[in-house]
Amino acid sequence: MNIAMNTLKLNSLAWNCAKALPCLFLLLGTVPAFAEGSRVVATGGGTTIEGSAGGGIVPWAVINGYGSSDEWSATAMATGVYVDDFTLNVIGASLSFDNRFELSLARQTFDLDTMGGELGQDIFGIKYKLAGELLYTAMPQITLGAQYKRVDDFAIPQAVGARSDWGLDVYIAASKVFFDAVAGRNVLLNGTVRATKANQTGLLGFGTQANNDYQFVLEASAAVLLTDNLALGIEYRQKPNELAFAREDDWQDVFLAWFINKHLSVVTAYANLGSIAGFADQQGWYVSVEGTL
Amino acid sequence: MSRLLLKLLPVAAWLFFTGCAVQKAESSAPQVNSKNSTSSQHTLYQALGGEVGLSAIVDGLLARIATDQRIVHHFQETDIALFRERAIEHFCLVADGGCVYHGENMALSHQGLNITQADFDALVGHLIESMKEQQIPLSTRNALLKRLAPMYSDITYH
Repeated sequence: MNIAMNTLKLNSLAWNCAKALPCLFLLLGTVPAFAEGSRVVATGGGTTIEGSAGGGIVPWAVINGYGSSDEWSATAMATGVYVDDFTLNVIGASLSFDNRFELSLARQTFDLDTMGGELGQDIFGIKYKLAGELLYTAMPQITLGAQYKRVDDFAIPQAVGARSDWGLDVYIAASKVFFDAVAGRNVLLNGTVRATKANQTGLLGFGTQANNDYQFVLEASAAVLLTDNLALGIEYRQKPNELAFAREDDWQDVFLAWFINKHLSVVTAYANLGSIAGFADQQGWYVSVEGTL
Repeated sequence: MSRLLLKLLPVAAWLFFTGCAVQKAESSAPQVNSKNSTSSQHTLYQALGGEVGLSAIVDGLLARIATDQRIVHHFQETDIALFRERAIEHFCLVADGGCVYHGENMALSHQGLNITQADFDALVGHLIESMKEQQIPLSTRNALLKRLAPMYSDITYH
């Protein structure tokens, strides 16, 4: 039963890849401006479950892809998160320019494996680099970002006490790579501050009947580049806990990212998402495949 | 799992910050001794293979620049033989090899060239590939990049 379930879950990731990657290659055919980006491999990071460049759950200050000054880059990704009682599937794409602007789209489907049913949301993200260069300046690279989110069907979020079916997260992120920092390896540190009204990142709507204020949450990542192409890291994401019907916990994960080349990367992680909608201790695997132009 | 992570966070933070602190101490110490330590095995210069190693790295870098349409135009009026000598001297100096660098400083020597971030990124990529071709270990490559990376502001957009 379990094996069948896991196979089913992995099949859905494969299916999402099959949907997401052709979009990328369609871009390859239609936009002649895409040459391989000039930035150093791995400096684009991965793509979060919300579509922005970063780790798995924390947006970083990096701009998606490998485009440097005056260069375009595009990415497409498919991600699956398989915890005890839920499955999150995400497909997403991004377009970036000048190593400064990033636009992203992500479509999340959240299967309520045990309860039955599903939730979903669409996320439109923008990101703008304010200052600093990840590799080259003493000042960290600092970016300002926003994520506009809207849930598919407000029935369940409303029933559990959410006020709105859409919300806007605004965040500022600072990232820096320290060369030769630990055992001759380069280290990336990232800190993000986010203003949000989202319950469970928005899957359970935004705000509550009792409280419609923005909450400020802290998110952090640290990674060591074991080789030029392999990064081992940890992430922590603080989350609001506003809905009365069930507790919401902070999220964390340990990840291994393999940047095979500037066109393909695979990120695997073990994530602890805590309590979700009354189901305690939700843990499981995260897999993300990303293509970059 | 969550307890493990909570324990890992401060350990990781400690590693990073002490790691950085140790590096600072190390990088300032050899500069004082650079003239005496050229025969020592401990300098970055030695780790890069000394004069022979650096020459091969610079030759590999030049070969990659020559075939890169993005940046080769910056070198159209460059005396390549002279550039090669200056680059080897400069890397030697940066790596505590005790060489005398006869060129102008980075800001002056790139004045008016309008080197972009993409140009700089491309050159960094070629340098990494050239060092890999010479079998320079990751930690040695990172140590050199650490010293070259801050030159970005002097080199670009002038």
